[in-house]
Formats: sequence, C-alpha cells, structure tokens
Amino acid sequence: MAHRHTTRAILLAALLAFVMLAAACSDDADSVDPGPTAAPESCEMADLNLVTPGTLTVATGEPAFPPWVGTPDGEFFDEPESGIGFESALVYAIASELNFAKEDVVWTRIGFNEAIAPGDKPWDFNIQQYSITEDRKEVVDFSSPYYVTTQALIAYPDSPYASATSVEDLKDAILGAQIGTTSLDFIENVIQPNTEPNVYDENVDLEAAMNAGQIDALVVDLPTGYFVTAAQVEGSIIAGQFESEAAEPDEYGMLFAKDNSLVPCVNTALEALRENGTLQEIEDLYLNQDGGIPTITG
Amino acid sequence: MSDQSPIEEVGGGPSLFGPPRAPRGREEGTRAALIAFVSTIIFVVVVVWAILTSDAWPAVQKQFFNWDRFVEVFPDVLGGFWLDIQMFLVAEVIILVVSLVIAMIRSLRGPAFFPLRALAVIFIDLIRGIPVILLILLLGFGVPALQLPGVPTGALFWGLTALIISYSAYTAEVYRAGIESVHESQRMSARSLGLTQGQALRHVIVPQAIRNVIPALLNGFVSLQKDVALVLVLGVREAVREADIYAAKTFNYTGYIAAALLFLLVSVPVARFTDWYTNRDRRKKQSVST
Repeated sequence: MAHRHTTRAILLAALLAFVMLAAACSDDADSVDPGPTAAPESCEMADLNLVTPGTLTVATGEPAFPPWVGTPDGEFFDEPESGIGFESALVYAIASELNFAKEDVVWTRIGFNEAIAPGDKPWDFNIQQYSITEDRKEVVDFSSPYYVTTQALIAYPDSPYASATSVEDLKDAILGAQIGTTSLDFIENVIQPNTEPNVYDENVDLEAAMNAGQIDALVVDLPTGYFVTAAQVEGSIIAGQFESEAAEPDEYGMLFAKDNSLVPCVNTALEALRENGTLQEIEDLYLNQDGGIPTITG
Repeated sequence: MSDQSPIEEVGGGPSLFGPPRAPRGREEGTRAALIAFVSTIIFVVVVVWAILTSDAWPAVQKQFFNWDRFVEVFPDVLGGFWLDIQMFLVAEVIILVVSLVIAMIRSLRGPAFFPLRALAVIFIDLIRGIPVILLILLLGFGVPALQLPGVPTGALFWGLTALIISYSAYTAEVYRAGIESVHESQRMSARSLGLTQGQALRHVIVPQAIRNVIPALLNGFVSLQKDVALVLVLGVREAVREADIYAAKTFNYTGYIAAALLFLLVSVPVARFTDWYTNRDRRKKQSVST
C-alpha cells in the first residue's frame, strides 16, 4: 500500500506546481513598463548613474573605423583613447561637459549583438553610428541625435552604375550594405533594386565582396564612404550621394540601456556642445569634406 | 574501423527516450509510467516557473518571444529557409557521389595506386583540419578576387563549393569505415571469381559498405542541413541571415526563434527516421542470424 501514498503525494506536488505557475503568469500580466526613469536630481558627478563610479565607461566596435575613430584618410584608426576621430572627440567633449577628466574615460569593445541583447550592460553608453529608430527604442534608449547623415553610393569608376543620376539607374545593380545600417533600409525602401541586396557583417566584408565582383556597388553613409574610398576599396569612388524625400532622416545617437537615468545628462551636455559650436567644429574637422559629389535623386 | 557510427545504440529494445525496459509485472509497469509522467510534469513546471518569474523574463520575452515580431519576420525567414533547403539538396547529392569516389580511391590496393591514395589522404587531412567557416570565407571571397576568366564569382556558388569540399572529406571517411567493415573474405572471393579490383569494389564491397553506414550518412544529412546556414558570412540571404538582418534592424531576436523552429521541423524527422532505420536494420540482422 506504500506506493499509493507516494502517488498521492506526487499528484499533490504537481497540483501545487500548477498553482504556482498560474500565479507566476498572472504576476507577469500585472507588471507594466515603468516608463522612462525620471531625470536625476542633478548631473553632478556623484549623482550620475555610472557602471563604475567616477568613471565614464564607453563602448564602441572593434575595429572602430575612421572617420568616426581615427583620421579621415584612414592612416590612423581604431584608437578611441586618442580623441582622434569624430565619435572619439565627441565622447571626450561630452565627458568634459560632465566634469570627467580625460583619464576617467574608459573604452570597452563590444560586438553589435552583445550590445543590444537583453541583460546587464557593463558600459554607460555605446557609440557606434547607431541609427535611432522607433523599433530599436522599444528595447534600448538613445541620446538625442549627434549627427544626421546622407547615404552614398560607392562603385568602381568603370562601372556602369558610377554615372547614376537617379535611383532608377540602379534598378539592375547588385548592391551591398552592412547589416543593421539604415543604408540597407535605404536600398530596400528607396532604391528597390530587382535583386535583393547582399548583406554583410562588417565593412571589411563589403570590401571583399566588391573586390570579388560579387556586388556592383555598395551603399554606406557619406562619412564612411570617404574612408571606404580612401582606404578600404582601392580604386573605388563615391559615385554620388542620395537626395531622397522618401527616406527617413538618418540620425545617429548614443545607445543606452533602457531607462538609464544617465540619458538626460548626456543630452544636456550634447546640447551645450551644439550651442557653443564645438559639435560643428569636430564635424567640420572629421566628417565634412569639400568636393563636388554628384547627387543621385530618388 | 576508424570511424564508429555515432548513431549506433548500445543494447536492445526500441525505447525512444530511455534505456531498454526490463520485464516487469503489469501493476509495477503502470506505477512506473505514472511516476515518469508526474515527475516529467513537475520538472517542466518548475523550469518554466523559474524562467517566467525571473526579473529579466519580460525583457527576454519582448526581444526573443514576441508574437507580433514573429508574424512580421516569418515570411522573410521562410523565404531564406527555402534557399537553405535547396542548397542542402544540391550539396548532399554531390557530396554523396564525390565522397564515395574519394573513399574508393583510398581503398585501392597495390603499390601502383600509391600516388592516388596519398592524394586522397592529403585531401581528407587538409580539409578536415580547416574550420568549415574559414573554408567558406577563403573560397567565397578569395577565389573570385583572382578574377580568373570563366570562373564563376557568385557567393552562393563558392559557399556551396566550400561546404561540398568539407563534407566530402568527412563523408569519405564514413564510406571508408563502411568499406573496411566488409569482411576481407568478400574481397578475396570476388577476386577469385575473376573480378578486377575495381569491379570487386563496385559490385561486391561498396554495396555492402553503404548499407553498413547508412545511419552515419543520415547523421551527416542532419548536420549539413543546418550547416548550409554558414554561407551567410558571404552575404547570402538564407534563413539565419534574414533573422540577423531583422535583429540588427529592430534589435529584436524573435527571427532567430522562427529560424530555429524551421530547422527543427526538418532535422527532427530525419533524426527519428535514422533511429527507426537503425532499429529496423538491427532487427533484420538479428532475425537472420537466429
């Protein structure tokens, strides 16, 4: 008869477990999004929400490419600690606004997927030309935009697409773009070529595919285009920059963990830099180059 | 025999998820089944409960198990998966033929065939020593950059070629294990009947060898069916790539779940079929020997 007791005990345990599950599920339904955390009392150093107190921990990609990190000619790059390059210089300017000394800024490198996956984020913010979109805002927070870019077409000068003047001329091209960029959205939504664009993990893969003749042309943001043509894809040119009313403005923002109370402080610092002309200054230094780049209309 | 089929089960009895059952009384059997059933339920409930009540679950649910996102991303992932299936079918047929030829070359006897045998061994050693993803990158980006006249440059073409080369090396070893498992007396008898070495391989050894390694070959099917996704590094838009693109665009990973489900939909039936076939084959052999 002993086993009958065992059986009953097991059934009871199972019942209990189900009750707990039901409770867990209803808990889940109750939990609502707490919404954006209220701005902190102040942006004094002691009040900042930092991963490591007293230190501004900034994440970027590896390698970090010019002109974002490094000199626009591509000779020097991947050293964010140098302060050379648009994003590197911007971070040090923001840090200074928030009263951090240069040595209190610590850089860390992180892959794209790691940066956006749920879980702990061991950095204060990530700066890596993240385009601000509504979809992304559901799971992370962005600073206000620090740069607005246009898209550019990169091709070899002997390519028939190098002389394109309208997106209509690109319908038959096999285009390439980097994953997670608005360049890809731009190809799919505005150019709408007959062949699906190829999508690559890194800029270096774009270069390999160009050299291998697997794509006719690639689409990148204009500042990246300067670097790609100067250093990455030998012999290529910026065939044109796109001017399209169909495209959303492509704004880059710094990426934060959702509801991070540091966001308003960084935004305040960014606004100050915009007003006192520093932002324009580093933009002119690293991102704006002269040169009559033709326009491709959409 | 150098390669043991990984599918081969130890012991008898066609039990699906556990060790073979010992004979027992009916009441004891019912009770055991009940305990197994209840303990399974408790286990699942506890695990599910632990996951659903964790603090991070709402965030994970939002980014990985989001039904609206699933609906949105599924058509793209499905389209990519169709490409995966096509790549798998084309590659598998070529692999089965190429690897058999390599295995037969490796099994040729006699000093005159030494150069051929050596080539086969070098090929197998080299290819098995390179990570397949590296082979895909090297062939996919490297060969087309040479711009040789008449040589295709397509990413899909070279990605598939890399997979075929890699899998042919492994599958050749599976075949070789099968060939070596055929008793030497079979070869001797064939030769004494006047068959040449090639004829003996073709008509006597290989048919028996293949039958011996079918479970291992099916195992390779399952493996390749998933590995075709690796060509995504060349920019080919198969299922995982489509999920990648969606994740990078929206920061939402539900597409990966969709891709995983599609792969499971194909690989689980093949795995079950392999088990079923292995069991049937063993029963046949047992009934012959008794």
